[in-house]
Amino acid sequence: MSTALSTISRVIDRRQAVIYPAPAVIVLFLIVVLPIVFNLYLAFTKWTVGLGQPRFIGLDNFIDLVSDERVWNGVKVMVYFSGLSLFLELVLGLLIALFFNREFRGSEVVQAIYIFPFAATPVAVALIWRIMLNPEIGVLNYLLRSIGLPGSLWVSSEQTAVLSLVLVDVWKWTPMITLIVLAGLKSLPPDPYEAARIDGAGTLQIFWHITLPLIRPVLIAALMLRSLDNLKEFDMIYTITQGGPGTASETLYLYSYMVGFGFFKAGYGSALMVVVFLIVLVFNVVMNRLRLSAQNR
Amino acid sequence: MAKKAKQTFQSVIFYTGAVALSVPQVFVFAWMIMTGLKTGSQNISYPPEFIFTPTLENFKAVFQQHNFLYYLFNSLVIAGLATLISLILGLPAAYSIAKYRQGKIGIMILLARMTPFVSYLLPWYIIFRYLKLIDTYTALTLTHLIITLPMVTWLMVAFFESVPADLEDAAMIDGCSRLQSFIRIVLPLVRNGIATSAIMSFIFSWNQFLFSLILSGPKTKTVPVAVYNFISYGKIDWAGIGAAATLIVLPVSVFAFFVRKTIVQGLTMGALKD
Repeated sequence: MSTALSTISRVIDRRQAVIYPAPAVIVLFLIVVLPIVFNLYLAFTKWTVGLGQPRFIGLDNFIDLVSDERVWNGVKVMVYFSGLSLFLELVLGLLIALFFNREFRGSEVVQAIYIFPFAATPVAVALIWRIMLNPEIGVLNYLLRSIGLPGSLWVSSEQTAVLSLVLVDVWKWTPMITLIVLAGLKSLPPDPYEAARIDGAGTLQIFWHITLPLIRPVLIAALMLRSLDNLKEFDMIYTITQGGPGTASETLYLYSYMVGFGFFKAGYGSALMVVVFLIVLVFNVVMNRLRLSAQNR
Repeated sequence: MAKKAKQTFQSVIFYTGAVALSVPQVFVFAWMIMTGLKTGSQNISYPPEFIFTPTLENFKAVFQQHNFLYYLFNSLVIAGLATLISLILGLPAAYSIAKYRQGKIGIMILLARMTPFVSYLLPWYIIFRYLKLIDTYTALTLTHLIITLPMVTWLMVAFFESVPADLEDAAMIDGCSRLQSFIRIVLPLVRNGIATSAIMSFIFSWNQFLFSLILSGPKTKTVPVAVYNFISYGKIDWAGIGAAATLIVLPVSVFAFFVRKTIVQGLTMGALKD
């Protein structure tokens, strides 16, 4: 018995580099790579789940989606929602990180409160936002009116639906950007700052010419990381508007879910998901190029 | 004198900023709890009531009529299992990546982060339906691993990289096998990392909505789906939502509070490095 164990132990020792990651790799292959391949295959078929077998139809799904108005609407909403929310989260995240970087009495406590939304269950807080955003009984309109401003229709109007979702997204995720940028700020070298101060540079000049260039790789990394989730934002949009009113806040990702699980059109839904994946992939490849060139400068 | 004025001015700015940053977070959190403590009619009255006699009826109803304890149990089991399995598989993998610089696993993890969850969902749904595994802990735990396993692995790589190699060499000179030195020497050194990644993994599994929405059923419904189900056919039970949301959000917020210092590493998943 003990010799068997020691033999096993010796084998594990000798092949450590292969054996240690093997179980994780096998599991990841099964749960990540296989479904992606299956999804890719489905994208070239016509199939309603539960009815018959998938039928190979070549590129037909991809040809169909070019002339599908909801696809183009989905792309438009996705660009609008993600573009605006990522921009705001990055700018606010940087400003707030700069604020926290100047440590002051009580900053620890404020930080702990400030990052609360990050771990909060998205569906749960989205539902609370849905109550608060209600145009008739919502507390946000009440607060606006009590300081003399007109209320808004928030998610009940096609004009403001996406903007309201951006507001919730910014509230929930700016703390994450702040944390990452703050970690980056704390690890900046002190030398350039001392040199600049000796040269008599002002705060704004120091920020513009030293902090911003130094922190740029971190900003891009934070943007990449956030975009991975933001481009496929589901929980919050599904909970608050379900893509409505009409299709005013239906992103391409949400539409692909509706096609796959609302209408059970597996083939067409899969083709849409492949498109979403390609958009995320291209965005990240471009951002990574930017990040590397910002680092090497 | 001028210096003192400048200092006062600065602290005014800082405290204004501190208030501006805390108010929205505290307000949403407070509104959630208040919604749970109001009656149904108080919740739809206008103007909204800020001062009212709190009631615990909603919390009672959430447990008694909606069987919430069972959904909490489901979420606990699934998040617990997903976290445990992720640690068992992810710790050795991360150690190996850190030690032998294996990039291929890193790429697979990145792929998992990038792929829209919906693309997994349809194949998973078809496979699990075929295997009759819809509405089982197995199906939900497996799909949650898509999120938690990469997270644990990537987070732990950074921690393992900070363990000096000499320590292990010393252990092996003393007659430890590599496996023994990994378990007895290396793992205790990275226990902070293990705690952080376990908590992060638990939080993200607990919060997962999409997989559970499709793959769970009456037997394995998790809390995010349970709270979502308070919306039914246009009738929305706001009081119930407030109470349920409070019960779901509180535990993960407390967890996050304890690991907030190391959370950044979990979030960045190596993005800050090359």
